[in-house]
Amino acid sequence: MFEIVEARPLARGIKQFVIKAPRIAKKQRPGQFIIVRLDESGERIPLTIADADPQAGTITICVQAIGKTTMLMNMLEKGDFILDVVGPLGKPSEIEQFGTTVVVSGSVGTAMAYPTARELKRAGNKVVSIVGARSKDLLVLEDEVRAVSDKTYVLTDDGSWGEKGLVTERLKQVLESCKVDLVLAVGPVPMMRAVANLTAPLGIKTIVSLNSIMVDGTGMCGGCRVLVNNSSQFACVDGPDFDAAQVNFEVLMQRNNMYREQERTSIELLQADPGAELKKLREENARHACALDAVEASHD
Amino acid sequence: MTKPPSNNPLPNKERIKLPRQRVPEQDPQVRAHNFQEVNLGFPAEQARQESLRCIECNKPGCIDLCPVSVNVRAVIDLILAGDYLGAASKVREDNALPAITGRVCPVEDQCESGCVLGKKGEPVGIAYLERFVADWERETGQFGSPVAAPATGKKVGLIGSGPASLACAGDLIQMGHQVHVFEALHELGGVLVYGIPEFRLPKDIVRHEIDVLRRRGVVFETNVVVGKTVTIDELMQEEGFNAIFIATGAGLPRFLNVPGEHFNGVYSANEFLTRVNLMRAYRFPEYDEPLYPCQDRDVIVVGGGNTAMDAVRSALRLGAKSASIYYRRTEKEMPARVEEVHHAKDEGVHFEMLVNPVEFLGDEKGNLTSVKCIRQELGEPDDSGRRSPVPIKGSEFVVPCHVAIIAAGTSANPLIQSTTPGLAVTKRGYIAAKEDTLATSKPGVFAGGDIVTGGATVILAMGAGRKAAKAINEYLKGLDEPKPEQAQATVQA
Repeated sequence: MFEIVEARPLARGIKQFVIKAPRIAKKQRPGQFIIVRLDESGERIPLTIADADPQAGTITICVQAIGKTTMLMNMLEKGDFILDVVGPLGKPSEIEQFGTTVVVSGSVGTAMAYPTARELKRAGNKVVSIVGARSKDLLVLEDEVRAVSDKTYVLTDDGSWGEKGLVTERLKQVLESCKVDLVLAVGPVPMMRAVANLTAPLGIKTIVSLNSIMVDGTGMCGGCRVLVNNSSQFACVDGPDFDAAQVNFEVLMQRNNMYREQERTSIELLQADPGAELKKLREENARHACALDAVEASHD
Repeated sequence: MTKPPSNNPLPNKERIKLPRQRVPEQDPQVRAHNFQEVNLGFPAEQARQESLRCIECNKPGCIDLCPVSVNVRAVIDLILAGDYLGAASKVREDNALPAITGRVCPVEDQCESGCVLGKKGEPVGIAYLERFVADWERETGQFGSPVAAPATGKKVGLIGSGPASLACAGDLIQMGHQVHVFEALHELGGVLVYGIPEFRLPKDIVRHEIDVLRRRGVVFETNVVVGKTVTIDELMQEEGFNAIFIATGAGLPRFLNVPGEHFNGVYSANEFLTRVNLMRAYRFPEYDEPLYPCQDRDVIVVGGGNTAMDAVRSALRLGAKSASIYYRRTEKEMPARVEEVHHAKDEGVHFEMLVNPVEFLGDEKGNLTSVKCIRQELGEPDDSGRRSPVPIKGSEFVVPCHVAIIAAGTSANPLIQSTTPGLAVTKRGYIAAKEDTLATSKPGVFAGGDIVTGGATVILAMGAGRKAAKAINEYLKGLDEPKPEQAQATVQA
């Protein structure tokens, strides 16, 4: 049982949660993720860790409501419980003194890129951040990113905030204007692919953080396999960070669409009566909390 | 040695005339469409009838051939006395999970192959009897617990909650140690819950066996990936564990490494079974975890072991139009239990022998549509002593297939090895452990089950768990004896 100690909306459909998870808070490094299962009938989904406070024993995650589980999760509030949280999983991002680094992020990807940008800065790199979103109300953590970056560009597709345009256009200009040693891209797959297409011919080392579908997160099932340099790699244990030039994004997109129909069914069922689903989750998890207390009491 | 008094009223010559009792089963036509248990188990009268067949050998081969040495003879005698709870606690002296082993043990190669009745006729149905007493105990809400030794104050951490770990936990708690089991997944039981399907081993039974261990004092913690969430060194140095038993299971799924394996619809058996069993995807959308649809489609399972049988029979129950086993050798070489193969055939699984997939084919959306295979013939025996298959040139053929499940074994998961300094591994990446004690190269750390041997059976893992418990107990006793070097050092100081 994992208690939500803080929940606040960050943008339209995006919510930030601070969750009590002392073991994870102590061990996590930027770039790693957790897997959550909300309740007894829930699926397991991976979510990138955005921040942690080892002293308080908490981790922070940002969740965009896209599928059934993330929609239901974003209905949770402070004081609610999540049944299962496991991590930190995956390899931490490689943090070295590279020189000039550009961190490109789209939408909720900014929440995931932020801790890595912060560590890159701490490691003595020059950090240029390029933050994008479809519109102003989908933009997250702009101030936090600015605080750890030497230069920050903010773009929206519709021009409702910052510059109007795509992150890749801005990246192209940055690459033309100065020598860049490392590019990190976190966001929707088409965005990461566009970044890879831009940097690969220039031979600039580029890292992407892949969000493939996972079950266990420990290498046991192989469901998250991605084609990297034409061979199968498991995003959960070999990643989630990979060399962008070697990733087959086509296959990643196809595999991410594998359960599209089932996802639609689940969303429809949730939307038919979201209140009932939330009530069920709360009741079930309260029952689990009672059972756990009973077990602990029996050991005292 | 004089024989102990027996509760069997029949003379031996009458006993050997009794036929082996047939265990009731769900009708194949019905069960092929549900996930309920296939074997229904003996009612009490049948258990008594079967027990009457035991001729109480002086040197019982059944006990010798049991990896955990269950005292079968004494158990059978207690059944005949009508003391089912006594029989259950007698089993539990050696076997922490009788309701499970009574269902999944390959008894034809173990206890039952040691039964002297099997030489001329059919052996005593030992597994069914073991299952009977465990089920009786559970169904009547009773609990045949052996009495534990006084507390030692020593704390042992067990990594993984599969059969090796649970068997080890049962023995260690009995010896008076504190036992803490760490599980990476959200549910306890390891392969018993993510691997073996409901129709062969209902999850309620696994849950009950774990509850029994919990009542005996074992502490369980889920959602801990040792190597990630916490390391073995941290457990020993910061959390006060005196010894560790690593039993994390087989690990990474092997794929065939042929083109097209990334198409949607190609699964490892591990993933397919985890979705169906652990995540209850067969009850989607009541449960959220989705499964690539098998309903009215052609499903091929590549492999010939018990995992392949579990996968293909699951696919059938999910409504597959056809569910087939594609195996590269012949039925004779298949590692699956004979009973599982029979069950699969009765249910309508198709078996295609001496074939191997060479390529998976898909459409423009990346969805699997068919598989290209090649026919094979058996050549010379390989390292395993089995004749190895050789492809027949020009024999390729393409079959329609929407879901392909690869059950070609597993390899070692490096998670613990790579995060535990001083832990030696074998050439193939498994943890190196001494044969007699299961001690690793790291003091106080023991390892057993599939992470040492590679993929094996539930009962062999349990045997390893018991062996480790014994060695850990010895190790912990040794901790209390002052070491000569230390004593000397104190004097010098």
